[in-house]
Amino acid sequence: MVPAWLTQLLQALHLSIGPELSLVLWGIILFTGIAILGQAAVIFMVLMERKVLAWLTQRKGPNRVGPWGLLQTLADGVKLLFKEDIMTTGQDKLLFTIAPAIFFLPVFVLYALIPFTDKLLAIPLPTGALFVFALSSISVVGIVLAGWASNNKYSLLGGMRSAAQAISYEIPLVLSVLAVVLYTGTMNIQEILTAQNAPFWKWFGIWLTPVSFLIFLISSIAEVNRIPFDLPEAESELVSGYNTEYTGMKFALFFLAEYAALFAMSALTVIFFFGGYYSPIGGTLCHTFGWDRAFESAVNLPGLGQLMQQFEMITWGLLKTYIFIFIAMWLRGTLPRLKPDQLMGFSWKFLIPLSLINIFMVALERQWQDTNEVVYGYLWAFVLVFGIGGFCWTMSRFFTRKLQARFQS
Amino acid sequence: MEIPGVTINRDLDTEDMVVNIGPQHPSTHGVLRLITTLNGEVVKDMEPVIGYLHRGKEKMAESRSYFQYQPTIDRVEYLSSFYDHYAFVASLESIAKLKVPKRVEYIRMITMELNRISSHLLWFGTFLLDLGATSPLFYAFREREEIFKLFEDLTGARMMYNYYRFGGVTQDIPAGWLDQVRKFIDKAPKMFDEYEAIVSKNPIILDRTVGHGLMTKDQCMEYGVTGPSLRACGIAQDLRKTNPYCVYDEVDFDVPIATRGDVYDRYIVRMAEMRESLRIIRQGLAQIPGGDTAQVNAAKKAIEDAKKRGETPEELNPDWLSMGQKVNLMVFKPPAGEAITMVESPRGFLGCYIISDGTPKAYRCKWRGASFSNLSALPSLMKGHLYPDLMAIFGSLDVILPEVDR
Repeated sequence: MVPAWLTQLLQALHLSIGPELSLVLWGIILFTGIAILGQAAVIFMVLMERKVLAWLTQRKGPNRVGPWGLLQTLADGVKLLFKEDIMTTGQDKLLFTIAPAIFFLPVFVLYALIPFTDKLLAIPLPTGALFVFALSSISVVGIVLAGWASNNKYSLLGGMRSAAQAISYEIPLVLSVLAVVLYTGTMNIQEILTAQNAPFWKWFGIWLTPVSFLIFLISSIAEVNRIPFDLPEAESELVSGYNTEYTGMKFALFFLAEYAALFAMSALTVIFFFGGYYSPIGGTLCHTFGWDRAFESAVNLPGLGQLMQQFEMITWGLLKTYIFIFIAMWLRGTLPRLKPDQLMGFSWKFLIPLSLINIFMVALERQWQDTNEVVYGYLWAFVLVFGIGGFCWTMSRFFTRKLQARFQS
Repeated sequence: MEIPGVTINRDLDTEDMVVNIGPQHPSTHGVLRLITTLNGEVVKDMEPVIGYLHRGKEKMAESRSYFQYQPTIDRVEYLSSFYDHYAFVASLESIAKLKVPKRVEYIRMITMELNRISSHLLWFGTFLLDLGATSPLFYAFREREEIFKLFEDLTGARMMYNYYRFGGVTQDIPAGWLDQVRKFIDKAPKMFDEYEAIVSKNPIILDRTVGHGLMTKDQCMEYGVTGPSLRACGIAQDLRKTNPYCVYDEVDFDVPIATRGDVYDRYIVRMAEMRESLRIIRQGLAQIPGGDTAQVNAAKKAIEDAKKRGETPEELNPDWLSMGQKVNLMVFKPPAGEAITMVESPRGFLGCYIISDGTPKAYRCKWRGASFSNLSALPSLMKGHLYPDLMAIFGSLDVILPEVDR
């Protein structure tokens, strides 16, 4: 929706660009704002990661540049900006240069699809949920290109691993969201969110599809190449993986995009499973308790209550997002890295079958709600116990057996 | 070449890739170069290239007096240099037939065992770093730092101690040092529990280590593998037990062994060894002749008083009062002869062979480092494993490059 003030502004400037183009213009304006917001989030996240890891490993973390090291990331960014841009012989110059951009751009376009409030959404697509994953799988092309164009064997291995990993983990990622889409019957991200406008025990991640949520969490960490799935850049094996040969701003683009992807994935986790920008009791707190109206009439400024609501939504959204970002950092500080064969095995042998069973379960649940026949409830419980439970039990037994066999060999 | 769970389509026209790992690489623990032939991610062949850190330690011994050579020994193996010093000093002592006081031997044993713990802690941290877990390194360093603090109080240095002397040590332990050691070994088991809780049962670590890098007893014999890697194969060969040196025959300890000889077993054996070291230190602290420095000083004062009264101090003069025979270090000339001392360093057998021709310089000095033999077993262990296993297997051997190249 193009806001009235933009139309008035265009009229005042005697620019008649038609409703479609002005919609595009509004999208660009919103996206620029969101991209700046996202960039700020990334800068904060880099510092947060270093502080969290420092806290997990009994260190202090950056504390020299600015208060609590707040300016550390900026200082690092400036340093990277002035670094020499090294190109070695035998590199494919074109691919080497555009690979960071190919990695970086889709991640930032993702920001345009993430609703920060019910109004702050640059591109309200009816098929948003699908488009989000289409975008996030483009960025892996950048990694593969970087690995190929670097003329470095470590980079090549990193790129190949990344391709294999992306293929393996896109599937459970999309399948887990498919459960949500199946239940809500829409791919529009905002409609999915509206379906979760309820107290927190009705958020999808808690009551409807906790299994989906767990699959999504695991796959999203694999999707953004973080420990324990950071095989493409496994620093103890591949030196730095696909970005070994990158320096200066090209490296900074990879670096930024990785964090931006982590932010986007955490935001998507919140959107699909944890009620997005809604407060834990549904809606916004200030509207539910009438604070916005009270404040608006007290200050006597129309529209202030709306603004308060918007700010509260942004706050809830970011707060929940940062909780999931923290979980990713926590995992990084705790777990060792998987091997490529384990990584593939975990996805194909465990996550994908599990998400298929889960989709079946959600379909039954939907049918149960629609028809209100209790037989679907029984079926649902049956699938829960024998499908999900039995599968997890079998797999864990299989894994234990395998280890035991190796222990005895 | 067949590994379980990985099938390779041999009809495809593929090409092997030769990856030159190192000399600069995060996981080679120094400057080791591994020319690795990879088929996909499967290691087909591997050839270690060493010598990047060769400093001619053995030749240096021939151009310096023994005392001048001593500080450079620290650099042979900088993670557990008390062992190198012990091997060197004990060889000379047996050539020169110097008598070493009991108290000195106990100090040496306590410091050596503390050094074993610090060395294993570093191994623990870097091994898990190779597996991709970053945090354990910092926790291991926390405890290692406490040991370094103890060493700093004792010798003045954190890593390059240069503390042992021919027939003794440079000086007696500082007052209260034994209590600090006692405090450390009291809380150390709790810290080891902490590590084991987060690492030993971790499914990812189990899956990456159990059954990988299997080493047979025959392989150990062929390559001369010693130390925890040997004991992980089920051979209870520990020089401290089999031919006791220092005062290891006066303390009671077990030699932890495992049976399979894989990466996980090497990990388990090292973790158990740290606890055994704590046991040895605890007994050493209880048995050290003379006890704490305050008691030693009091005894010294009593002897002084006795001398003043005109009594015979010989009877009152136990050997723990001295820190060793007075040797003129700069012109220390052992008689012509040769001797070799083998000690059980954290990495395995560490030997120092010295031929003396009666001059202040050695005629020949030969070091036998455990890392060299252990490293030579790596290519045979690696065949058919995946590339990431290289880091786990290489890390589990606990190779330290300065000791390989010397």
